[in-house]
Amino acid sequence: MIGYLIRRLLYSIPILVGVCFLTFVLFYMTASPGEIARRNLSAKNPTAQQIKDWEHQHGYDKPKWKQFLDTTEGLFLLRLGRSDSVKGERVMTRIKESWFPSFEIAVLSFGAAITINLSLALVVAYFRGTYLDIYGTSLCVFMMSVTYLVYIIGGQFVFGRLLKLTPVAGFLPGWESLRFAFLPVVVAVISGMGASVRQFRTFMLDEMNQDYVRTARAKGVSEPQVLFKHVLKNAAIPVLTTSVQAIPGLFLGSILLESFFNIPGLGNYLVDAINSQDFAVVRAMVFIGALVTIVGYILTDISYALVDKRVRLE
Amino acid sequence: MNPPLLQVNGLKTYFNTPAGLSKAVDGVSFSLQPGETMAIVGESGSGKSITALSIMQLVPEPAGYIESGTISFDGQDLLDLTWEQMRSIRGRQISMIFQEPMTSLNPVFTIGYQIREAMLTHDKFKGESATSRARSLLERVGMPSPNKVLRQYPHELSGGMRQRVMIAIALANEPRLLLADEPTTALDVTIQAQILTLLRDLQRDTGMSMLLITHDLGIVSQVADKVAVMYAGQIVEQSPTNTLLSNPLHPYTQGLIASLPSRSRRGQELYTLEGVVPPPTRWPAGCRFHDRCSKRLQICDSQMPLATKYDDTRSVSCHLYPAQEMAGNQERLK
Amino acid sequence: MIPFKSLLTFSNLVPLLAIIIVLGGIKRSGRQPLWAEAYRRLGRNRAAIFSLAVIGIYCCIAVLDSITWKSNTLAQPESVITHLFHAMHVKSERTYSAPFAKMTTGEPHPHPLKGWHVLGTDGSGNDVLLQTLRGCRTSIIIGGFTSLLITPVAVLLGMLAGYFGHRVDDIIQYLYTTLGSVPGILLNIAFLLVLGPGLVNLCFALGITSWVDLCRLVRGETLKHRDREYVRAARALGVRDLRILVNHILPNILPVVIITVTLNFSSLVLSETILSYLGIGVPAGTGSWGNMIDAARLELARDPIIWWNLTAASTALFILVLALNVFSDALRDAVDPRLRSS
Repeated sequence: MIGYLIRRLLYSIPILVGVCFLTFVLFYMTASPGEIARRNLSAKNPTAQQIKDWEHQHGYDKPKWKQFLDTTEGLFLLRLGRSDSVKGERVMTRIKESWFPSFEIAVLSFGAAITINLSLALVVAYFRGTYLDIYGTSLCVFMMSVTYLVYIIGGQFVFGRLLKLTPVAGFLPGWESLRFAFLPVVVAVISGMGASVRQFRTFMLDEMNQDYVRTARAKGVSEPQVLFKHVLKNAAIPVLTTSVQAIPGLFLGSILLESFFNIPGLGNYLVDAINSQDFAVVRAMVFIGALVTIVGYILTDISYALVDKRVRLE
Repeated sequence: MNPPLLQVNGLKTYFNTPAGLSKAVDGVSFSLQPGETMAIVGESGSGKSITALSIMQLVPEPAGYIESGTISFDGQDLLDLTWEQMRSIRGRQISMIFQEPMTSLNPVFTIGYQIREAMLTHDKFKGESATSRARSLLERVGMPSPNKVLRQYPHELSGGMRQRVMIAIALANEPRLLLADEPTTALDVTIQAQILTLLRDLQRDTGMSMLLITHDLGIVSQVADKVAVMYAGQIVEQSPTNTLLSNPLHPYTQGLIASLPSRSRRGQELYTLEGVVPPPTRWPAGCRFHDRCSKRLQICDSQMPLATKYDDTRSVSCHLYPAQEMAGNQERLK
Repeated sequence: MIPFKSLLTFSNLVPLLAIIIVLGGIKRSGRQPLWAEAYRRLGRNRAAIFSLAVIGIYCCIAVLDSITWKSNTLAQPESVITHLFHAMHVKSERTYSAPFAKMTTGEPHPHPLKGWHVLGTDGSGNDVLLQTLRGCRTSIIIGGFTSLLITPVAVLLGMLAGYFGHRVDDIIQYLYTTLGSVPGILLNIAFLLVLGPGLVNLCFALGITSWVDLCRLVRGETLKHRDREYVRAARALGVRDLRILVNHILPNILPVVIITVTLNFSSLVLSETILSYLGIGVPAGTGSWGNMIDAARLELARDPIIWWNLTAASTALFILVLALNVFSDALRDAVDPRLRSS
């Protein structure tokens, strides 16, 4: 187990270097340091000297390979550096300020989604073959076919404008934040519901066709017990895998949600940085995003091994 | 004679398949005395496993259903029972073990849990007594170090060991009838013999009845008191084991026995039955065996033979043994 | 009336060529027993036939919208659909108007309309029905062209990785794991910034992120088949690797690939709307449901509410994606009954 973890972490180093390289190349293809400097300097018409100074200050005057090595090394040591923008604030400071809204929405929607979807899938699987099942799965396909945007616009319109239950957008700290988080969480849960319920139902039905279910029935185990004990614990393996895999996606899926709902979280920070071509922030955020993704994959494997005793991590 | 423990009469179990209606079991009748072991022998697709599943009422739904017939167990027709009443019989009065020991145990629960669950479900043994009984059951089925096995997961055991666990689960509530559906097919030959001996000993010790489903005529003589041969959803011959092996009546049974390797026919080429069992959606008209039969008569492809008593202990469905020449009476298959 | 010479342009031949290739492929595959059986099962599935018809209608509209000609030498080339609307005297209005309305909406002093509009008009007075129909082409191209781009790449790399293993596998796995570790939407944005806006570039940008899953799947499938007896037998007979890959493994993984590609088609169509929201979708002037839905965010806040724009675009999108989802489900069931969802 420990050996496996070490190997996985070592393997993630080249991947993170690759991510840094990709970001680096893509960014230099879109913008030159001179352009970035011009955009971010306070002076209206900066002189050549001012641009040079700025480039020197932010390390853009060094050879490209040196820049790459320096920034990558910094990222690996979690020295995220300062923004390229006028204010030049520390990236870490901004992350500390804006992690909470992202985290709150991610945790709430993850918890709500898995509870609701799993319960619905259990109900549909229990009534398999009946009209409830048929209509339920059809509804899932319907829900899968509606675009994210319509869920957001519809949610804002119905909850915010018509019913005036929640704010349409924005965010406030503290307990007040729950009121603002409600709508994004609802949208996140509803938009993923169709696909998840259908997938979970398939997992359950796959398990129901297994021989051990027949054994349980032959022992005289009651039907709810068969479903909620035998089937559920086995189906938990694929459910867990797909859910844990969704964690990094959830974290970064907030990119969309946050900019739609104007929530001052990490996703919004990243989108702003891209729009203002703030390379320092983009590379730091992409690095962290990749880190979260890789950790998510490792967590998936570990949780897999914890539930399924047949899996050995080697 | 005692009243039979199990009496199956005119059982028909059908399946709705994309290819049409499949008459997997089509009019099966037999009876089983308390303490008796009967084997049902047939090729794959002959309906023998479905017969056992029908008794348990575990036919895969919704495609499969019991069309008609009666299954009376201890004088009560199981088909009249509600699902809940049937559940209290399963695992307590009638137990079943399956062909696939590798997949029949739940991979995420310990062996101990799965044995205890069988007892706790029926409230016959509780708490500490269930655990100690689980331990003694494992000992009884010949598991080394039962204490350790109780905490193990199925994947840590070999196929033969798992089948022993399945037997322990089946015996947990001292059932009166054990259905063994090809219990040794998936196992190595040496293990097969051990499991069969175990089943025979357990049957003698507990006095339960046993219905052994197998495609292997070779193993029935070790275990069974009598044998029913199934072909294409029907029983074609029933007979005490020794009589059947020494003096088979139906051409199909004769073919099956002739195709067994035996010391007396050493050096000769093995007999083979030509052809295969037809698909259960398209049984042939007349006798279902007629197109593979070497002793075919004119009547065979148009009229289905009826199950006929040949003597006190044997019955056969074949036109070679017409009813009027025999003393026994004739019963029409529904 | 139609100047035939101006019809014969490269851009008009492309959609026709695409149709011929697709139909030809279906016809040829029908000769193989596996596919013939699948088509037979599809033919019995009424929902599949219906959704296929719906997809067919969308494709027809897309093709009609792709064939363009100039009505006179000075004018911009316009598509069949646009010409049709001109012929029916559907003219541009000043600004918003409700479906079947006679006056404009949202102006202090409403003006009378020049014609009637089944689905109303949008902010710049364009007919919403026309805009909606023009969105078909964009969606079909985004789904179809992107699939066309990524499938060969993903299948080739996945098969190489799965079959040869070792170093080749390491490199290809590294490639897609790295790409997969960057949030997809960021890659889309970055590539669009590099390539510049445009429909084709959008397809490339979407392709960068969506080949990863397919490649991973193909690799897994190839790995599974590589150790099957029939492949070992072929290798034992001395068949060359390339031949094994193309003649033995490819036909066996093709069903899974096609099912995945059709399933992926609908998510590509859906992602267009999200990119439109982020302002990096289809350039203005090209019909796009994403842009229409995006515009509706502000329109819903107006008084009176401008609902027809949003409704038309999202319904058109919903029906297409629903048909695609139903059809790909049916296709999966038809090709591989073991994968059946129920």
